[in-house]
Amino acid sequence: MYQLIDVRKYFDRGGNVVRALDGVSLAIGENDFLAIQGPTGQGKTTLLTLLGGLDRPSSGQVIFDGRDLGALGEGDLAELRAEAFGFVFQTFNLIPTLTAKENVEAALVPFRTGKAERTRKALETLDELGLADRATHLPGELSGGQQQRVAIARALVKDPKVLLADEPTGNLDEDTRDEIVALLERLWRDRGITLVIVTHDSSVARRAQRIAIIKGGRVSVRKEQALAR
Amino acid sequence: MYLTYIRRELRRRSKQAIVIAIGLAIGIGLVMTVSATSAGVKAAQGKVLHSLYGVGTDMTVTKTAAAGKSGFEHFGNFNFGRSSSTTHPKAGTHLSRNSLTAEIGQATLPASDVTKVASLDGVSAATGGLQLTDTSFSGTIPSFNSSGGFSSSSGSSVHTNFNIGTFTVDGIQITKSGVGPLTSSDISKGKFFTTADNTKDVAIVSSSYATQEKLKVGSDLKVAGKELKVIGIASTGSSSTDVYIPLGTAQKLAKMKNDVTTIYVSATSANDVSTVASAVHKVLPKATVTTSATLANEVSGSIKSAANLASKLGKWLSFAALIVAFIIAGLLMMAAVSRRVREFGTLKAIGWRTRRIVSQVMGEGVALGLGGGVLGILLGIGGSSMVSAISPKLSATVGPSFDTSGGASPVDFGNGGGGAPFGGSFPGASSHRPSAHGVGDAARSVAVHLTAPLQGNDILLAVVLAVAGGVVAGAFGCWRAARLRPAAALRRIE
Repeated sequence: MYQLIDVRKYFDRGGNVVRALDGVSLAIGENDFLAIQGPTGQGKTTLLTLLGGLDRPSSGQVIFDGRDLGALGEGDLAELRAEAFGFVFQTFNLIPTLTAKENVEAALVPFRTGKAERTRKALETLDELGLADRATHLPGELSGGQQQRVAIARALVKDPKVLLADEPTGNLDEDTRDEIVALLERLWRDRGITLVIVTHDSSVARRAQRIAIIKGGRVSVRKEQALAR
Repeated sequence: MYLTYIRRELRRRSKQAIVIAIGLAIGIGLVMTVSATSAGVKAAQGKVLHSLYGVGTDMTVTKTAAAGKSGFEHFGNFNFGRSSSTTHPKAGTHLSRNSLTAEIGQATLPASDVTKVASLDGVSAATGGLQLTDTSFSGTIPSFNSSGGFSSSSGSSVHTNFNIGTFTVDGIQITKSGVGPLTSSDISKGKFFTTADNTKDVAIVSSSYATQEKLKVGSDLKVAGKELKVIGIASTGSSSTDVYIPLGTAQKLAKMKNDVTTIYVSATSANDVSTVASAVHKVLPKATVTTSATLANEVSGSIKSAANLASKLGKWLSFAALIVAFIIAGLLMMAAVSRRVREFGTLKAIGWRTRRIVSQVMGEGVALGLGGGVLGILLGIGGSSMVSAISPKLSATVGPSFDTSGGASPVDFGNGGGGAPFGGSFPGASSHRPSAHGVGDAARSVAVHLTAPLQGNDILLAVVLAVAGGVVAGAFGCWRAARLRPAAALRRIE
């Protein structure tokens, strides 16, 4: 599914070049569950942005299903993000003025789905995540765990191939963290999606099939374990 | 989703939205008020021009008197022995004269010129008119001192005891064309002239003159010493003509047989006015052709100041306010978008295209603009209503001013040169109208009330400005939104 070949990503910070990724090569297969772990500022999120087509590498290739994401135009990348990738963010990133249902519907806007169909899918997904009774609530009226579940619903409503989660439990207490990780794991199993989680939390990383450690802009895969399907 | 998102977002930052909308509203309201006031000033100018022209007239043709023949020669009736005589009238002599003369500075045109003009291409109708002044004079000649001035027996200057009365008279051609200074629709009491009245001793007086002189339908009125019967009262608004008489009667009384002083011309189409003016000028090269455009340039007085104020200061001030409002709205929108970096980054991350986000921001801008537009229209209606309610009085003067308050009087009393030494004004001469237009004419002052009528165009202008304001505000935000990278969604700072 993913093939990263000598990927480098440099940032210019006031004249200083920061090497966020410095020659990363990595393969991620279909239905993999990969945890990316590492200290703060070592390039975990940068790697996720490249996997999600949110940014382009300075050099190297990020190949997804045979397409070099760095070579795609903005329109194609947007289409790919709409269809193939689902994102879950640490701070949930829900639109504060839209209800839970509308936030989930927002992910279907690029598909030009009719309003009734959009609503049906959104409610169905929220129900799957146990949030049917919170559909008309604004994000501010929901707990952190509920907000993250809405964010996960938004990511899943379009049946993506890949779910990319950036510190999905970073803003949650332990109980909620476990609940969310269990939910992601269940979805990975039930839906057959590829799950990539960026986390600095070892207890979360241990749930993954593989753990990729990033340090100094380089990746090393530390663990590979077969999880029961 | 699109409208819901716009509505909720604007509600979320309602304070900022209100500030932007009020800013736009002030600009739009100012533009509307100034625009309506400008229309009011134009309407006021139109009233002034109408009073000079008459209904349906597109241009007038007059002729300026040649040097030395400024029309004062008609005052020969009042020449009590100037240079041509070596003897002054005796002190104590009682004098009484009445004269009906052409306007000062105006020469006459042969009545046949009316036919010439009427036959030109592009002319729908032409009528002739005589613009006259009736001047009556009576008094007793005081004794003269050695310097030629008047004096009492003690040798000191005295104020003369003359009574001078003037009123303006229009001789009008009675036709069915309706072109000219008076039409049947202006008659408020009595009746209008019929073609049979052309040489009859009948008159129509203006309502203001009728009030002043206590005249009514059936009253007798002396013009050039001749008794005329008042058959109608005319409400001619700002016109300063006092008495209207048939052209034939006017020519007879003024001893100007087959003469006119003004030809009123109506063009077939408003677009033909300049062409017709050129054609008239070719046929009558010595005549002065005055169109509403040229006449408008001669208008002075507070109406001119108001026009300048509206067209220059007002217009630029309101547009400056509008531009400032646009810029402020744009900057606030840009700031708002900057605070929504993560939000838009998230939308991009979930697959929204840049153009969809830009249209969302633009929609917010246009919604703000329309909100500002509605407020602006209300402000504009309020502003224009206020101007109309205050209804400031504007004076308009056409032609050079004619000062009768002192100095040399145009009336020659034959004092042997050295200028008339006595000051004083002509009684009743406050509204001297001297006529039409062109060099040599005396000033004609009329007063009109300014209103600020809002028209459909003003509302349309407000809507266009509102949308434009919204688009400008939105464009600032869009510019910012379009530059956002989707990776911004992953920033961890608010």
